[in-house]
Formats: sequence, structure tokens, C-alpha cells
Amino acid sequence: MSLEIIMAKVFIDNKAYEVDGSKNVLETCLSLGLNLPYFCWHPALRSVGACRQCAILKYKDEGDKKGRLTIACLESVTDNMRISIEAPEAHQFRAGNIEALMTNHPHDCPVCDEGGECHLQDMTLMTGHNYRRYSFKKRTHTNQYLGPFINHEMNRCIQCYRCVRFYKDYAGGKDLDVFASHDDVYFGRHQEGVLENEFSGNLVEVCPTGVFTDKTLKKHFTRKWDLTDAPSICHQCALGCNIIVSERYGSIRRILSRFNGDVNGYFLCDRGRFGYEYINSGKRIQTPSKKQNGTFLPISRDKAVQEIREITRGDKKLMGIGSPKASLESNFLLRQLVGAANFYAGIPAAEGRLIQQVIAILKDGKIKTPSLNAVKEYDAVFILGEDVTNTAPMLALALRQAAKNKPGESARAMKIPDWNDAAVREIVQESTGPFYVATAHATKLDEIATQTYRTHPDNIALLGFAVAFKINNQLPEVKGDEQTEMLATTIAEAMLTAKKPLIIAGTSLYSEAILQSAANLALALKDMGKDTGLVYVVPEANSIGLSLIADQFLDRAFEKAEHGAAETVVILENDLYQRMDKNSTDVFFQDHKNVIVLDYLHNSTTQKATLILPVGTFAEADGTIINNEGRAQRFYQVHIPANEISSSWKWLQRILADNSDLPAKHLDEIIDSLIEVFPELQAIRSIAPSADFREGTQKIPREPHRYSGRTAMHADRNVSESKPPGDPDSAMSFTMEGYAGLPPSAITPFYWSPGWNSVQAINKYQIEVGGPLHGGNPGKRLFEPLENSKDDYFKSIPSPFSPKNGECLVLPLYHIFGSEELSAQSPGIKERVPEPYICLNNTDALNAGITEGNILEIFFNGEKHQLPVRLNAGLPNGVAGLPKGLQGTAGIQFPLWITLDRVNNG
Amino acid sequence: MTVEKIFKEKEIREIQEIHRHFPVKSAACIEALKVIQKHHRWVSDEAVRELAEILEMSPEAIDSVATYYSLIFRRPVGRHVILICDSVSCWIMGYEKIVDYLKNKLAIGYGETTPEDRFTLLSIPCLGTCDRAPAMIIDEDLHQDLTTEKLDKILEKYE
Amino acid sequence: MEKPLTEHIRNDHTWLTLKEYEKTGGYQALRKAVKLPPEEVTKRVKDSGLKGRGGAGFSTGMKWGMVPMGKDVPTPKYFIANADEMEPGSFKDRLLLEGNPHQLIEGMIIGAYAIQARFSFVFLRWAYHAAAKAITGAIREAYEAGYLGENVGGSDFQLDMSLHISQGRYMCGEETALLNALEGKRANPRAKPPFPVVSGLFGKPTIVNNVETLSNVPHIIAKGADWFMKLSKTDEGGTKLYGASGRVKKPGLWELPLGISLREILEEHAGGMQDGYELKGVLPGGGSTDFLTTEHLDVAMDYTSVAKSGSRLGTGTVIVLDDKTCPVGMVSNLEHFFAQESCGWCTPCREGLPWTAKILDALEAGNGKMEDLEVLTFQTHYMAPGNTFCALAPGAMEPLQSALKYFREDFERHIHEHKCPWK
Repeated sequence: MSLEIIMAKVFIDNKAYEVDGSKNVLETCLSLGLNLPYFCWHPALRSVGACRQCAILKYKDEGDKKGRLTIACLESVTDNMRISIEAPEAHQFRAGNIEALMTNHPHDCPVCDEGGECHLQDMTLMTGHNYRRYSFKKRTHTNQYLGPFINHEMNRCIQCYRCVRFYKDYAGGKDLDVFASHDDVYFGRHQEGVLENEFSGNLVEVCPTGVFTDKTLKKHFTRKWDLTDAPSICHQCALGCNIIVSERYGSIRRILSRFNGDVNGYFLCDRGRFGYEYINSGKRIQTPSKKQNGTFLPISRDKAVQEIREITRGDKKLMGIGSPKASLESNFLLRQLVGAANFYAGIPAAEGRLIQQVIAILKDGKIKTPSLNAVKEYDAVFILGEDVTNTAPMLALALRQAAKNKPGESARAMKIPDWNDAAVREIVQESTGPFYVATAHATKLDEIATQTYRTHPDNIALLGFAVAFKINNQLPEVKGDEQTEMLATTIAEAMLTAKKPLIIAGTSLYSEAILQSAANLALALKDMGKDTGLVYVVPEANSIGLSLIADQFLDRAFEKAEHGAAETVVILENDLYQRMDKNSTDVFFQDHKNVIVLDYLHNSTTQKATLILPVGTFAEADGTIINNEGRAQRFYQVHIPANEISSSWKWLQRILADNSDLPAKHLDEIIDSLIEVFPELQAIRSIAPSADFREGTQKIPREPHRYSGRTAMHADRNVSESKPPGDPDSAMSFTMEGYAGLPPSAITPFYWSPGWNSVQAINKYQIEVGGPLHGGNPGKRLFEPLENSKDDYFKSIPSPFSPKNGECLVLPLYHIFGSEELSAQSPGIKERVPEPYICLNNTDALNAGITEGNILEIFFNGEKHQLPVRLNAGLPNGVAGLPKGLQGTAGIQFPLWITLDRVNNG
Repeated sequence: MTVEKIFKEKEIREIQEIHRHFPVKSAACIEALKVIQKHHRWVSDEAVRELAEILEMSPEAIDSVATYYSLIFRRPVGRHVILICDSVSCWIMGYEKIVDYLKNKLAIGYGETTPEDRFTLLSIPCLGTCDRAPAMIIDEDLHQDLTTEKLDKILEKYE
Repeated sequence: MEKPLTEHIRNDHTWLTLKEYEKTGGYQALRKAVKLPPEEVTKRVKDSGLKGRGGAGFSTGMKWGMVPMGKDVPTPKYFIANADEMEPGSFKDRLLLEGNPHQLIEGMIIGAYAIQARFSFVFLRWAYHAAAKAITGAIREAYEAGYLGENVGGSDFQLDMSLHISQGRYMCGEETALLNALEGKRANPRAKPPFPVVSGLFGKPTIVNNVETLSNVPHIIAKGADWFMKLSKTDEGGTKLYGASGRVKKPGLWELPLGISLREILEEHAGGMQDGYELKGVLPGGGSTDFLTTEHLDVAMDYTSVAKSGSRLGTGTVIVLDDKTCPVGMVSNLEHFFAQESCGWCTPCREGLPWTAKILDALEAGNGKMEDLEVLTFQTHYMAPGNTFCALAPGAMEPLQSALKYFREDFERHIHEHKCPWK
């Protein structure tokens, strides 16, 4: 909520500063670049004043020479205040505070995963405490198994309470808490077990010591200073959270959150953080290969490129299938290779049309689609159809904060500053602002909802249209039954009285009606003068990007292939068996003589290939993808693999090049070509510095200056240290030499500042703590509201859903762990992927004589499948659910109708 | 042990009644824990989980509260809990002799229970009867002006 | 000498029923108060000079006056009696709770009326079983007599009252921790501001007062501020329950004019030291106050005078240290108590207090070093008022810092003699 900034003059150690008068002293000092230690404060979690580490001296006036010790994070900035960080008494107190924390700390840095990026280490050094006077026993704890992602080592705990504040207060988690009291307090679960919250991984960054650490990193542990890092974008959903990818010895070690004040802020979801291990899989395709006599035999790069050139040059019948997982550059070059008319977006038409609809609404319409972080500022929310926790998890996290906005006004009215976290929460208690969730089944966000409405997608759309009608009675009249009418009136009132109403919808339920009703509702609110936001969730990392450069989909490709349209198909990073039903896909491959596949992991599609090229995942590729708000963002590779793996566009560029001897085109040139063909995408050029950018004469190093072992690393192969590889595609290098200062925000590979080795170093990269990065938050939005848009309301209103007797309409159910194809193959995530099941509501099951655990036979993908039954009271009558994207449910075209025939008794 | 059996409808309603004017259900959790303890003497892990369901809280949230308060017992206690004051006035007046006597006689230390579950011995901070120190509470009975001579007779009363 | 608080309390502490209480003039003040504007009630309590008897000594009337009044304030407002007396050495509230619960209840109702609260609670410690029975009975009687519920004392004012029995933890005696306990949470304290008068129970305006403080209120309303002022020997108003424990001849509790001297309490009322014992020092107001010594015997036991002599009146219950008792052992006992009762929220208290206790153990066991005294001194500065999240740790440091000041020789003897000289 934007408040007028009141400026204030403060004197810190007798130096005057003009600062924002609404902040507390700690964040003010940090924003000024002053080193004031802290533990329990966090820019997103705000102040509670527990650890006492940020103590300073405050003076009554100029004449007061003695001062009084006070805690900076709870101290409001006031005009003309005089404080001191450097006064000896303040120094001594802070050093003493560390000494007290150290009395129980095991000092096991050499064996602690946090060492080298540990906030406790940094703060200890900052205060100067270095001598242990404590000579008694330390308290110890037993540790708990917390699941495949998080390691627990309680002896290191300094009781800052950040973990439970993040887990419970911020992320809404229920199964982590603090137990016991005095110096025996314990942070853990009631019983050992997997942490349930989807954002548990943030504990590894929020915990200032090594209590909660990344268990996947532990399996291939590397010190921070030994990691090569790169700024990247998570590819596991459409939100485009910024990440840091870290590598050593050719394997990806871990993913860290990369701060983007407009997108993900400080956090990530567990799928994004822990879903990377498929990159290290032994099943990676590492060399080009050709199918000969039914088996794949490796061939050299040059040979592969040569063969493909021959197959695709001249007057050949080609088809190119692009991918919503692949970068714009890769998709574009494929389009160049096969020709625009032969380039298809590798998604079913049902999905593709919806994405096109989303683009049309956001690109050409009046409504603003807020960035992910800006979602937190809205004070009334209406979700149509999306199970956000599973389809766009970080959006769910942002919405949980938005839900606290309206109740937070009571605290503001009492002049309690926003940063006084505990005081605000005391006023707010459990209340949430207006939050309406209309979905096809129970979702996790129901727990903060004012009201939920569970029904079929068409009825969800009808509700949306009904609310729009209540707001703008010029629209076609839509009236539902009594219950719907009451709900529509309530929602309309809530949206109209809100300061900033927000509508959330998406493509998950394959309903165009839902997308249109959301747009109508947003437009109606905008026409009433409300500052309205509209967020659409789309399926994948580059769904938007792909649909901006392709206008035909897989159905058309399959249709054309049947009529002999092509001899050769080139498939980019896409397992078609995940997209279309098995039989049609089999036929599609049979229709082609040459199947050229560019992919990272073997799958059902690669089995059908005649030629396979090994391509890089986001960790081994550079490129641009566009997220659901239309933000174009750049991701960079963290290393050059020792084998033939490289970005898809590099392969395609080699194939397109006339002569292998000519210098290869680099990323910037590819982008130039892309923009020539698609001038509306020209913003992409400026989302990151070009490859020839230098700080002075220096590139930006991907490795911290302490990176070790470079001379010895390859000594088992060659004693001479080889020249580090160059990087013609970015302004970064694969070395530790280079510019030591703050890099441009889009090419910041890691966070480090003198004395700040942990993730808290992010403070130094921001203009003010918690605020935008120096140089601006990375990424550029392509969709901004057009005030004089010609777009009008949608006129087509669906009919209410009628259940069919004896049959159920099956809708997709999304799982954060499982519905995304690649992360589901990572070991830790795999543990949490459910076995396929069919979900029914209680009444339908009862009527068909089915109980939980029974096996149901269902026909899809041209085959019979036997699946165990789960019951979910949240499903409406006549509707069933199948988990989307699991290996066992690949290729299902939703929605589909099934009959309920029980096979055997559980 | 199922909490359902002892949490009769009546008791649940009674707990909610006390807190009916409180905005959240979770405000009743300390009262609920007391009810469990009244019937079972202590609160087991299982009881925490069952109570969590009834109050629609997580077991962690319940246990976070249960483990904070020293008079909610998360381990089994005997039929009679001896709470001996070990604060300053009782210390000045010689509570240590009393405790040593009890420890010897019952052959248990702090936190332990006699065989056949008769007595558990615990310390408790200042009982607020400092002018009649040393003092202790057994069950709900306050015993003041303690001397080692009085102890046998006092203990006899508790089967 | 008038003893309004205790004059009707029986020797065996069995509680005065409603009828008995009304015979002594009880509930007349309530009937008078509900006819006055609420702000007037607050003014009279303020004018009386009544200061909080829980240990803080803040003007009760001023505190009530800070509660937002009028139509647009957050509701419901709450009025709470802090009956969680657990300060080591304090046993004064017990007498009032067991012996005359109606006096407290009447005071609470008047206070609730003054701030226009809708709900009130007695927050009672578990160990006071007799008091629990008394209060439960008294609340029921008050409802039956129409002093609670709708139309309190025949007025428009509506008030519900219930008893909440705490499940342990000294921390609950701190007013904001008490609020968290009432909310069914861990009894950690809250940062102030905002103060409970603005954001208290469930974020609503709340008053928390001590039992002894509230027991004075009916008398102040009945007999007036001037009368109350004249009861004391100073300008602070009222009587005070003073107590003495330790090796005095007659440990006990006496209601005396506020400001009586320490000497008078110890020699006249407590009968002086037991035979064979000499006075070495006292903690004048419970376990978390600074020692006073034989040179302070003529200090007036009122808030200002005790503060001037380097200690605090606190609860006014005096703990006597005799010459046959080891001062280090006494402080050690106290620091163990405070360490164990720390809630565990802030660093200095949670880590510093156990460290302090362990050093004192080492000293008592004869394993102390001179450097340990430096560390103990460091602790008293480290946990000074304002450095911690609440007053528990600074309170814990009061006996330690004063013991180091007055009994340093005794500490050093432990170190040089490698044993406790008192054992």
C-alpha cells in the first residue's frame, strides 16, 4: 500500500543522513550500507526484537554523551534522532551477545554445510568476539528426519525463531513449531516426518546457521566459495522465479533463490529449489546418436550436423515441433529451420488456444497484470478455477501475504508500523481479507478463504460472469441459483469496496469460459474505476513465449502428418507422449521417415527418434523465456559440459549455418534475428547486458575469488592447466578473474560482499533493503495495459454443467510434486510424487457402491487402466479427478468422460 | 488411549463455552490439555494428536503450547505428584533436607516415579507461602512448615 | 491503624461469602461507581495516588486513563486481574485471594466499568487451589446477585467474568506474557509499544492489574481519594501488605501504612532475627530486587524511597538473609530459578542466565576463579534494563549485582578457600 514517504534527518555516529521516516533504524542502517549485525530480523519477515543483536546507542539530544542502548530493529526512525553504531558500549554489547550465543554452539564449522556462507560466522566476525570464557557443558538436542529436502542439526541453533516465523506466519505451514522453553527450546515437528509445506526449502536460506540445510546439496557437497554460479530462471512453472544455479566438477550442486524484487523476492518453492537433480541423471543424453538397426549408436557432432543439414536443406517436407520448456531462441531457430508455416507449438490445441486467449487479453487489453511480488499489495482476491498451490506455488505464497492486507489496516490505523511484525500479527490475529476461491475441488488456499465454491469449470465461469454482471449491469444478464446469487453479490461487494481487487484464473481446467469470465470481471471493475489486477496462470516456463511465435498446435501437426505433409519432423525438448494420446502419437511418428529429436533425457519420444542431439537444460544453456505476466527474462548456463551437450539453439544454429567453418553466431545475434522477425519482442534485447558488456575491461566472473582447485582439477587427465573456456554469449566468464564489484542485476551470478558471505549479502545489492536491486530488478514486461484498448467484454456465456447419469467428467488434478515432468524425475521429488489414482466425490462413489481403495477400471489413451480410488468431498457431483502429468497418466486429453465400474474389492 | 473417550461432548462444549467470546478456537487449547490431564494424569503423544483433530490445530501447535507449561506433563506421572518448592525462602529454611529425605524414603530422584506408580517427585517454584517454609503440594493439598519428622505421616495419606 | 484490605479476613483464610462481604459494606462502592461517568471513576482512582502493587509501581489511574474510550474504539475491551503470584518470596496476594475474593471482584468490576470492558478474567496460578475454590464460588455468587452479567448493579453496564487457571511458568506474571497465555499460546512477552491498553488481549484494549492493587479500589471509591492518601506515611497513598520470610522469629504478612520503615517491619512485626542469627541483608520486594543491608534499616518502604537507596519496593515481601546462610548460595538459588523460568525468546536471558547459574554453582562447589567474578559483572551489564525483551533478566540481575557490591568478600572467600565457607 503506497504511503507518502516522510523524510527524516538522522545522525549516525555524528554523520547526517536523509532517510525514509517510516522505517526502523536497522533497515535504515543496512540500506545506507552500514554494517549493523542482526539475526532475527529478515527483510520479508520484518522485526520482532528477539535476538538483541542489532543493539545501538540512542542519544536524547546533542548534549547527551552517554546514550542508552536500544534495539535498532524495533526503533522507529524519528526526525533529528541521534544514534551510534560504533560506540564502544554498543560494540561490547553486540560482542557479548555473540558470546552468549556461542555458549551452546558446537563450533563445528569444518563439518557444517553452512560454513562459508553462514550468517552466524559473518556476524561473529563483525562483532569481534573471538574468545570463549564459557567453560561448562553445552545443551544438545536430537535431530529429526524431515524428508528428502531438509537436513536437521539442532545443536547449531541460535534460537532466532526465523524458521517458525517463516514456516508458520509467512508460508502458512502447520507442521513445524517451537517446543519447550528457556535454553531448551527446540524447533522441529511433533513427530519425525516429511515437512508438508511447499516452501520448506526456504528454511535453508532463512536459517542463519546450519540447522536447516539443503539435503540434496549434502549428497554432493561443495563449499560456496568453490561453486561456479550463474543467474538463471526456474523452468518448473510459468512464474519465472529467479534462481542461482551452482555447479562443480560438471554436476549441478544446488539451486538458490536469486532476489528479484518484482518476481519471487527472497523465496522459491520446493519444486523449483529441489527439482534440479534430473540434470545430473545418469540417463542424460550426452552424445549425438543415430538409430541403426533398432539401436542408437553414437556419432560425432560434425557428422550429426552434416546429416541433418542434408535432411533439411533444399525442397524438403519438414515439420518442426517447438516446446514451452525451451527458450525463445531455440524455438525461433527451429522455426527458421523448418519455415514459419511448418512450425508448430508442441502443445495440444486445447491448451494452445487458451494461452493465445490469455495473451490477447493481457497484450491488447486495459487490465493490468501485476508482477508476482506486486500481488502482495492487493487487498481482495477472487480465484477462478486454479489450484494455485500446485500450479503456480509462489503465487500462492504471495496471495497468503495479500490476504493479510485488509486486516492490516487496523494496525495501520493504530499507527503500528508495518515492520513491527509481532504487533501487526497480534492485531490481525487469524483474520484475512476478502478471499474467494471457486475451484473444482478442495485446495490448500481454502484454509485462508472467506468462502469457497466447489463446482464444475463452466459453473465457475458462470459465477465469474454473474459477479461481473452485478458490477456492470450493462453486461449480459447472468443469474444463477439462490446460493450462487448470494455468493456473487458478496464477492461483487467485496471487490467494489476493496482498494485493489485481484482476479486469478488460468488454463489448468481447459476452460476458455473461465479465462473470459475473469477478463470480464476485471474489465467491469476497471470500468468502475477500481485499481484492478488480473493474473493468469499458464502451464509452463515459456508457454507465453512459444505462443508469441507460433500460431498452430500439435493437433494440426498430427492432422497434417496423417496427410503426408512431412517426411522429417524435428522435435525440440518435448516428449509428445506427455502431450497427446498414445495411439495418435504412435501414428504421428510412423508418418515420418526422419525423426530428429533434441532433448536432455531419454523418454518415449526419443525412443522413436532416428537422430538424437544432446541439448542443455536451463543449467547448460543460455536463453530467454517469458513468464505468465509477460516478463521476458534471461537465463545463463552455469558451465560448459565436458561432452557434446549445448543449448538447443546452438545446435540449430550449426545446422542453419552455411559453412561449419564460419564463426558461430552468438546469442546476441540470434536475438537480433528474432527481433527482426518479431519486432514486438524487441524488449528482449535489453533484459540483460549484451555479451560485449564490460565493467571497464573486465567480464563478470561466475566464480567467487576464492574458487579453488582450478590448477588441479583436471590433473588426472592433463597436468597442464587448460585455458578456461570463453563465453561469447554473455558478459560473464567461467573463471574467478574479473570485476569484483556489483554486477548488473541481470548478470549477478552470486551474492558476496566483504564480511557478508551468506545470502544476507543481498542487502548490499539493493537500493534499500527489501527493495529493488541496483540497476533495477531483472526482466522486462511485454504486456502493459492499453488505456485506449478497443477490447470489449466477452459475450459468450456457457450453460450450467449438467452431470451425466452414471458417468463422471474427469478433470486434471495438479501436484506440485509430480505434475511437472522433469522435476518429477529428481530423486527427492520422486519420493513425494503420488502413485496414479482416480479421485471421486463421496456421493458419486456412494451411488456407484465404491469406497476408498477400490480399484476402478478406466479407459484412456486407448487403453484400460486400473487405478485405486481416493475420495475427496470437495469434488462436485458428476466430476472426478485424475492427477495430471504423472508417468502413469501421461497424454490424457482433459476433460474426458468415464463410467464408474468397480473392478475388484480394494 | 483415545481422547475421544474422555472428551465427552459435554466437556468439549464446556471448553468452548469458556472461550466462546474468544475469536479463535485455538485459545481453548490450554483448557483442553488440562481436561486431558485431569482424566489421565498426563498428556501423551497420542492425546496431542487426537486433541489436534478436535481443535482443528496441528499436533505441532498443540505440543508447542503443551511443552511450554511446566505443569502439563508430557511424560507419565504417578497417582500422586509431589511438588516441592525449591525457591529462595524455602531454601533458606532448609528445603534441601526435606527433599533429601523424600528422595531417600521413596528411592526416587526428581522426575522419577515410584514403582506401582504411587508418587512422582518434582520441584516447583515459589508456592507463595514463604512465611511457612519449607512447603510442598501433593495433588492439590498444600503442606507447610515441613520438617523431616512430619513427612512419613503426610505421605501415608496418599495411597 | 486502618487495615481496609485485611481487617475482615479470617485467621484460617476461609473466604467471606457475598452476604458476609456485604455486611462489611461490600458492593456499595460498586453501586456508587456505576452511577458515575466511567471517566470519573478513573479520575478518583488516579487522584488517590494508587500505584501498581505487582512490582512495577505505575499509577493505576493513569494506566486506566490510557484506554481509548468512546464509540469508535476497538471492542471488546478486557479487564484482567493478575493473580499469578510467583515472585520468589512473595505471598501477599494469596491472602487476599483466599480470604476475601469479593473484595477483588468488586475492584475488578469497578475497574472494568471505568474502562468499559466487556469481559474480565482472574488469571490465577495453578498452585493456589484454595483461592481457586474461593474465586469460583465468589464469581457464582456475584452473578446471582446481579453484580455480574447484564445490568451490573442495576445499570446498563454488562460484564462477564471467569477464572483462568495457569499451568505454570513464572513468565505468566508479566502482563503481556499473561495475555499470550490467555490466548492459548506460549507465554512469551510482547514488545511494547504497542501497550496492552491499546493492543492487549487479541489485539484489543486491555488492562491488567495486580490483585492487591485492585483490592484497594472499592475502598477508594467508597471513602474517597483523600482518605486513601492519608492512610500512608508518604505521598504515595494507601496501605501495603508487607511480608517477611527467612530466619525471623515471626515470618508473616501485615497490612501497614505505605512507607513504614524496614526496621519496623523486621523488628516490630517479624519479631527480629531468630536466636543465634544476625541480620546480614534483605531483598525488600521479592527475589528480583537489589539487596539492602543493615545500613538501610531506616529506609521508608515506599516506591520512591526504596528506589533512592538502590533497590525496589517490588511486592513488598521482604526476604531476610541471615549471617549463617551463604549469600552466594542464595543468589545461586535465585539465578537457577530465573534461568529455568526464562521463556527462551531473547538471547541475553536465555543464554546468560544459565551461564550465570553455572558459575555460581562452580563457586559454591569450590571451583570458582577470580575471572568468574568478571564474567558475573559482565552478565549484570549484559542483562541490564532495556537490553532484554522483558524485565525477567534485569530482575534476575538485581540480587546478583547487589550481592557483588555488598558481599564481594564472601564471593572471594569461595574462590580463595576452594569451598563454600558456610558449608
